Order: sequence, then C-alpha cells, then structure tokens
Amino acid sequence: MDIFSNLADGFAVAFTAKHLLLALLGCFLGTLMGALPGLGPANGVAILIPIAFTLGLGPVASLILLTSVYYGAMYGGRISSILLNIPGDEPAMMTCLDGYPMAQQGKAGEALALSGIASFVGSFFATWGLVLIAPQLVKIALLFGPAEYFALFTMAFATLGGVTASNQAKSALAAALGLGIAMIGSDSQTGSERFTFGHIHLYDGIDFLIAIVGLFAISEVLIFIEHHRGGSAAQSGAAKIGKLMPDFRTLTRSYGTMIRSTIIGFLSGVLPGAGASLGSFLSYSVEKNTLDREGKTFGKGDPRGIIAPECGNNAAAGGALVPMLSLGVPGSGTTAVLLAVLLQLNITPGPLLFRNNPDIVWGLIAALFIANFMLLALNLPMVGLFTRVLLVPTRILMPVVAMISFVGIYGLTGSTFDVMLMVGFGFAGWLLRKLGIPLVPVILGILLGNEMEVNMRRALQISDGDWSILLGSPLAIGIWAIAVAGFVLPIFFGKKVKKQMQAEHSEEEVEEVVKGGD
Amino acid sequence: MSDRIFGLFGLALAGFYFWATSIIPDSFMVDVVGPRAFPYIVGTVLAICSLYILLRPDAEPDWPSLRNFIEIIFATAVMFLYAWALSRIGFVIATVFATFYLTWRLGSKPLGALITGVATSAGIYVVFHLILGLSLAKGPLGF
Repeated sequence: MDIFSNLADGFAVAFTAKHLLLALLGCFLGTLMGALPGLGPANGVAILIPIAFTLGLGPVASLILLTSVYYGAMYGGRISSILLNIPGDEPAMMTCLDGYPMAQQGKAGEALALSGIASFVGSFFATWGLVLIAPQLVKIALLFGPAEYFALFTMAFATLGGVTASNQAKSALAAALGLGIAMIGSDSQTGSERFTFGHIHLYDGIDFLIAIVGLFAISEVLIFIEHHRGGSAAQSGAAKIGKLMPDFRTLTRSYGTMIRSTIIGFLSGVLPGAGASLGSFLSYSVEKNTLDREGKTFGKGDPRGIIAPECGNNAAAGGALVPMLSLGVPGSGTTAVLLAVLLQLNITPGPLLFRNNPDIVWGLIAALFIANFMLLALNLPMVGLFTRVLLVPTRILMPVVAMISFVGIYGLTGSTFDVMLMVGFGFAGWLLRKLGIPLVPVILGILLGNEMEVNMRRALQISDGDWSILLGSPLAIGIWAIAVAGFVLPIFFGKKVKKQMQAEHSEEEVEEVVKGGD
Repeated sequence: MSDRIFGLFGLALAGFYFWATSIIPDSFMVDVVGPRAFPYIVGTVLAICSLYILLRPDAEPDWPSLRNFIEIIFATAVMFLYAWALSRIGFVIATVFATFYLTWRLGSKPLGALITGVATSAGIYVVFHLILGLSLAKGPLGF
C-alpha cells in the first residue's frame, strides 16, 4: 500500500529528538491555551507563528509545533467547560451542558478523564480519515484548472459563515475588506503599484501575520479591557477534581456514541462551512435524539453528553485539515491560521504539496498521531496541572499575551510601522466585532486574495478575455452551485439552527461565540 | 443606527477604493485582464454589502459606556506609544511600562501592576532573548 509506505516515511521524519520535543511543547502549550478562556486555538497559533518563524525552525519543525498546538487546544477547551461552565474555546461550548453538571455532582475528575479519552478517539480516527481521504481529494484536485480554483475560493468565502451565519451581507463585506487589503502592493502579474500611494512600507503589501495577530490577539485584549474582566477564571475551590479514574463500564457502554460522533464530527470538519463547532453541536444533538428522547439524563450530567461533543469537535479538527492540505482552502478560522503557517513557510498547499514535498505532508500527519498520544498522556494524569492554570488572573495573563504578540511581530519585521499597523488592526478588529462583522473572512481574504486573483486572470488569459470560462466546465458549475447554496441557505435556515443552539445553551456566550467565529 | 453609519462608511470606502483602483498605473507588462479588474469586483461587492447594511441594519450592538470606551482608546494609544517607543528606549523599559498600564487597567493595584510589569519584561527577555536568541528591540542602554 502506497499510503502506508508514505506514512512510514512520515514517522521517520517525525521521530527525531527535536521534533518529538517540539510536539510535546506544542501539545502542552496548546492544552494550556485551549483551557484558558479568551485564548482559543486560532489566537494561540497566530501568536506563535511569528515566533516559530523568527527562531528559524524549519518548515517541518514549525508545522509540527503549530499543529500540535492546534490539536492541543482542541483538547484543552473542555477543561474550563467542565469545571467552570465557561467554554475555553468555541467548539467546547456543548461540553458545558453535561460536563458542568457532572462536576457539580463531584464527578469532575471522571468527566475530565472521559472527555480526554473521547477527544483521543475522535482525533485519532479523524487523523486516519485524513490519511485515507486527503490523497483521494488530491486526485480530484489535479483536475482543477484556474477557473475551478477561482470558483473554489469563492465557495470558501460563501460557505465560511456556515449555517449559523446571522447576516450574510456582513460576512461578504468582511471578505471584501480582506480581499481589498490583499490587493495592496505590487501586482504579481504586471508589477503595477496598487494602493501604495507612494508609501514605501506598502510596496510589499501588508504581511498577513500582522493582520492576524492584530485582529485576533490584540482585539481580544481590548475586549477584556472593555469589560474589566481582570479576575481569574476559577475560584480556588473550583479546581478540585476528585477521582480521575474513568469508569470502564461507562466507556464500553458508549462505544456507539463514539462511533457516531466521530463520523459526524469528521464529516463536518471536511465539508465547507461546518467546522468544529457545528461538529460538536451535531454530535450532541444526534446522541440526545437517539439515546434520550424525553430529555431525562442529557443536560443533567450524562457521561455520553460529554463524550459526544468532545469526539465530535476533535474529529472535526482532524477533518478540517483535509480540505486545507489537499486544496489549500480552509473552512474555519483556525485552519485559516494554519494556512497562514504554510504560506509563511512558502509552502503552497494543494496537490503539488503532496507530490513535491511528501516529507512535509506525511511528517506532519505522523506528528499528528504522535501528538495525539502525547495529549492523551498529558490530559489524563496531568490534568490537575492545567486546572491550576485557570487560577491565573487574566489581568496578568492578557498583558503577557499582548507583549508576546509584540515580540513576535517585532522580531519578524523589525519595523515600528508594522508594529503600529498591528495595533491598528487590533482596534479595527474590536470595532468590527462590536458591529457583528466576522473577522475570519477578513483574514481569509488577506490570505487568499492574491491567489484568487491570479487564478481568475490565468483563466481569462486562457480564454482570451472571455468571462464565460469561469463557468466553463461541469466541475466549475458544480462548485459555483455549492457556493450559491452555501451563501443563500443560511439566510433561510440560519436563524432556526442558531435558535436551537441557544435553546440548548441559553447563555449569552452563544451570541458572543457565534460572532467571533471559530 | 450604528449599522447605518457603518454602511455609509462602507460606501465611502468603496468609493475611495474605486478611485484608487482607477489610478493604478499600467506597466510595460500586460495581461488580458489587467491589474484593475479584480479590485473593481472587490469594490463592487463592498459597495453592495454596505448598501444592504445601510438599508437593513441589525439591532443596535451594545456599545460600551463612555468611560469604557475611553479605556479602549487609551489602551490602544498606549500600545501605539509602546510600538513607537520600542526602538527608542529599548524592549525592557518600554515593556515594563506597557505591561504596567494594561495590568493596572485590568484591575491590579498599582504596586502589583508594577511588579507584574517588571516580571513580564524580565521573563520575556530571559526566555525569548537569552534562551531562544530572538532579537528584541535594543535601546540606548543595550537592552
């Protein structure tokens, strides 16, 4: 089997002392960032990109570090959901529903252990899914010409809001803002200066990392300042977790839940416009409807109510890597940030990546497997360590986060102008969040803008200026159809789905979280 | 109301974008589409969305009180100042002050905030500069 020999090569790449150490560090930092409310996976990875890059880690090493952070954050999000009823990151929202009641019944340790195992199962099988499906998708992607790629990028924007998007005009506007910013600098095709107004700092365009760190990390700091949320997330008593042993009978009883949730989660990760949050929401709803129609145990501390969303969101995290690696089109905020990692390293994801740099792809996938086992080890016996982090007050934590962002961007560019630009993006990000304009399409626009334009121009070059080439093949028409459906359907169904989410979790976080994107 | 103002702003931005697109110079290299077509499309999307937001605004977002809004402005200003000061007085001193301000405004007592500032600055300097070898902004004192 081709895949297995590739995977074996991948493990050979990943099994060096340096890479294992980086994976461990990434898992640790990731779990930490996932656990802390206000520092989700997207934020965490964004802050670390410039630092990993300035430290001169090679492509494989940086990718191993940062994807371990990504997987780790998905594990970590559950900790504060269970202990404090505050989701550490968006996908962990559904884990609150049964996790917190369990903690109140004195079964926090059991809930943490079960959810840790569920996270492992979800992401382990999703990584296998990635191994099996990504190469197949690459074969399809080889059929894509520039017109199809242009359609694909449009689809990524149209479906990004997902079914919960509340206002499609605002999502589209956000995408246009991002694309507009991407146009700044010299045109890659003809060399014309665009939107630089003779300003020398703008000739190379705006570095997407500056925008990402500003929009995510700095705006988060401003949100905390606005609400004076300076206290620690947990009171000292709340970090008690009790016995840590998972109940094996519960585990064996819930294998059906695990299988269903992993499949649902993985599919929502792969499909455009779904993502980890929807993955955990769907898994939870399906389990609730199949196992507990009358609502007797779910929502009151049923272990299966933790296993389902945790399997679901971790499987979705793995699934989201499929379109990102094989097509270069991310489906969520966090994978958009991972795309930024690749672009920063001058790696263009897509079919060519699998053909020309198999060591990177398979090394990365092997690292994901390794990270998974490390995370299981970190999250079962050592979970007490992470719960203690919740005692650190945010008035200390957030300034540190801000300063590390500054260190990263300054280290990367060494330019006062760029650092100020980052602060400007931070303030703009705060304003946009207030107005309910999602930030993820802005980021994606900045990341994909040039690639999208290049593909459009290549297509028209081929057709000698005939715009109908953009709809010139059945494949392209199919992609456009999905794009239109993905953009229009939420207008009719979005409110309904969101209402359902809110009914399950009737706190204002839903609103906050849905606005923030994943 | 906020959405209507933002819609107007978006329209103005789109107008500006159109104008800035129209003055993009041609270069000696040419392709069929040219450097202006895609920005025009982007500007059009921007204009249509802004118009929609202007005409069909969402419910009013909950804005912070004036006091909290001033807090935000000040925090942003301090970070701007920090960016400006970095290359002039060096990383260590600038960071002590910036961290002090943010920690203080997030609710620490001044003395505690100062200690946090010093600890953060020294901690980052040791970890990122001395151990990891990242180059930080150097001031006249050499750190």
